[in-house]
Amino acid sequence: MTTGTGKSRLIEDMKMNSGQDPNGCYQCGKCSAACPVSAALDLKPHQVLRYLQMGLEDELAESKTPWVCASCFTCAARCPRDIDLARVMEGLRLSILRNRGGNKFGPAELTPEQLEKLPQQALVSGFRKYNK
Amino acid sequence: MPRTGVFICHCGSNIAGTVDIDKTVEASRNFPGVVHADEYRYLCSEMGQDIITKAIKENDLDRVVVGTCSPRMHENTFRKAAAEAGLNPYLLEVANIREHCSWVHKDMEEATPKAIALLRAAAAKAALNEALEAPRLDVEKRALVIGGGIAGIQAALDIAEAGYVVDIVEKDPSIGGRMAQLEKTFPTLDCSACILTPKMVEAAQHPNINLLTYSEVDEVKGFVGQFDVKIKQKARYVDPVKCTGCGICWEKCPSKASSEFEMGLAKRKSIYVPFAQAVPMVPVIDRDSCLYFRKGRCQICEQECPPQAIDYEQQDEIIERRYGAIVVATGFDQLDPTIYGEYGYGQHPDILTGLEFERIFNASGPTGGKVVKLSDGKPPKKVVFIQCIGSRDKARGMNYCSKICCMYTAKQAILLKEKVPDAKSYVFYIDVRTGGKGYEEFQRRAAEEYDVAYMRGQVGKIFPEDDHLVVRGIDSLTNRNIEIKADMVVLAAATVARADAPEVGRLVGINSDSYHFFNEAHPKLKPVETHTAGIFIAGACQAPKDIPETVSQASAAAVKAIGLLSKEKLQGEACTAEVIQSECSGCLNCEAICPYTAITPVEIEERYKDGVLKRTVAEVNPALCQGCGSCAVTCRSGSINLKGFSNDQIMAEVDAICLQR
Repeated sequence: MTTGTGKSRLIEDMKMNSGQDPNGCYQCGKCSAACPVSAALDLKPHQVLRYLQMGLEDELAESKTPWVCASCFTCAARCPRDIDLARVMEGLRLSILRNRGGNKFGPAELTPEQLEKLPQQALVSGFRKYNK
Repeated sequence: MPRTGVFICHCGSNIAGTVDIDKTVEASRNFPGVVHADEYRYLCSEMGQDIITKAIKENDLDRVVVGTCSPRMHENTFRKAAAEAGLNPYLLEVANIREHCSWVHKDMEEATPKAIALLRAAAAKAALNEALEAPRLDVEKRALVIGGGIAGIQAALDIAEAGYVVDIVEKDPSIGGRMAQLEKTFPTLDCSACILTPKMVEAAQHPNINLLTYSEVDEVKGFVGQFDVKIKQKARYVDPVKCTGCGICWEKCPSKASSEFEMGLAKRKSIYVPFAQAVPMVPVIDRDSCLYFRKGRCQICEQECPPQAIDYEQQDEIIERRYGAIVVATGFDQLDPTIYGEYGYGQHPDILTGLEFERIFNASGPTGGKVVKLSDGKPPKKVVFIQCIGSRDKARGMNYCSKICCMYTAKQAILLKEKVPDAKSYVFYIDVRTGGKGYEEFQRRAAEEYDVAYMRGQVGKIFPEDDHLVVRGIDSLTNRNIEIKADMVVLAAATVARADAPEVGRLVGINSDSYHFFNEAHPKLKPVETHTAGIFIAGACQAPKDIPETVSQASAAAVKAIGLLSKEKLQGEACTAEVIQSECSGCLNCEAICPYTAITPVEIEERYKDGVLKRTVAEVNPALCQGCGSCAVTCRSGSINLKGFSNDQIMAEVDAICLQR
């Protein structure tokens, strides 16, 4: 098994989308203990955070977990480290989708000045959708 | 014109790395009044101090400026060096060019002129420095210990053994504190009461110790060596001199209330001693539940008491005493886990906190020492322990580790197995922390010899189903969700500061951290001192800690108190405030603001035209003044000077900095 090296675009995107920092997690597993769909997940919520900490981008992109997550927010309500896991999952879903098309660049490569000047997200999405 | 010498320290590279020492020395030579300037690698070393002492003698210096670290570090060192050369120590001035300059800047081009400016200001101030004498103050040879738990008892015993009189103020009817509530102690499994009660008795019998139980500190005034304290002794409604502790009153008493000592798991009578080995063995009447105080009838205790010790007319008493030193040892509380709805605490009798489970083991506890469920009186076969309830939880609890839970959980799991051999324990943990002598071995024994299943993970939900509790958790090492049908759940609730800690801190005049634990003066080098001289802290009121650590800290606090009490005289503050009475308008704003009650109005007589005019002005008692300067800045006419920091001196510093630009 390898650990991720350097900055992963998927993970950096996820952080930006969700505003959550996976490094705050100390792996107590309370999210997974409380998750009502835990049994159906190939990666439990606490594992997702661990994979994020280790930069395992490919494994996350292939996992079913973000798509099975019911967004019930129980994990976020229970987390003793104040990490909103439901946001992490949503951030992951967005990042996985956005990185699928093989974008030329992503938010992680842009300077804050450039980011400020970018058009709204909807515009970018539309541009992606019809530019095939 | 003064003859000032300037000495600049490199502090290795701490200062010299960012401040150009040569330039600074050169610039110093041109300050007004400076006749000598020098530098040295470590001015605080013996060699460095010699340089100052010699230079004072050789150059006939009458003022000294040192450009070094903060005066909090070495002002005393350099003052002593100056005194060695026959100079009054208060003629020396420290320019802080390390914390205020080199450490906060990176650029030598900018830091060097700032260091020069700070030195120039110090030289300007030094020129106006006056020789001062510190007053010598009396020390009251008596100590006050607030809190009668193991920390307070230990501190009091040590101080008493050194030959000083100690008063222990305890707010409960008996001393003993939290340790009295415990069954056995880790990692040796000594019976807690068996090792505590001899100390309680020793404290009660010691000729130098006075127990003031059922009492609270009401007011603390004064300062190190002379704290004037008012203690409120609450009415017990029982005469302690007549009472023999026979127990007939609480046997006959018909009304009951929830027992604080049993964590609410049992009832006690309205006239009660908190536990069987209470010291003193004198009951108190709880007014809130007593039938006589509520409805004006009953009086059974009064009728039954053989020595007629019951006295319904007793009043709260205020005791006023002076103390040289104070030890604060007010202990801890347990976090109330009802904030965690998912654990269901408070909604089911078999969901307990660690301290409550402790009472279930105890022979005098609510179940008479039988380990049984409170719901149906049957012994529990499956018990789930959950760690870190409110500890390490920045979302809803406390951010810190409570330190004792890992160990007491291992202890309770072992005790459970001994009392109920076919019981199985499960411990949900995040990390097992066992720092301490014999601790790791003890915890491993629980896992290896007592068949305790340690599961690395947390619990997400507990709910009752049929006659058991369903515990849903995870084992994060196998990533499997786990469901246990438990008979009992024990929550290791966080150790928190006493609810009244902020009030106690304010009363005594010591500060606390954001969790309301009292702050030590230095986290490493002054662990029992506080920022208020003469007040020391011990035990879990400072941070969560176990019994060995608490006892060590209590003895350390006692040593500090003894050191203080053993002094004939204390050196007071030389830099005190002084009223220029001819300019004082007598508004007495200073009297109102002084935190040390050092300012009083006096009447003076002044010649006015042909007659004599009487008027009121302020006067400072230099023995009480601590030199805080509040009065000086409050004074509307600018007629109060703080010696060593006079208005002229401060202005000279400001001028020296501004003129340079």
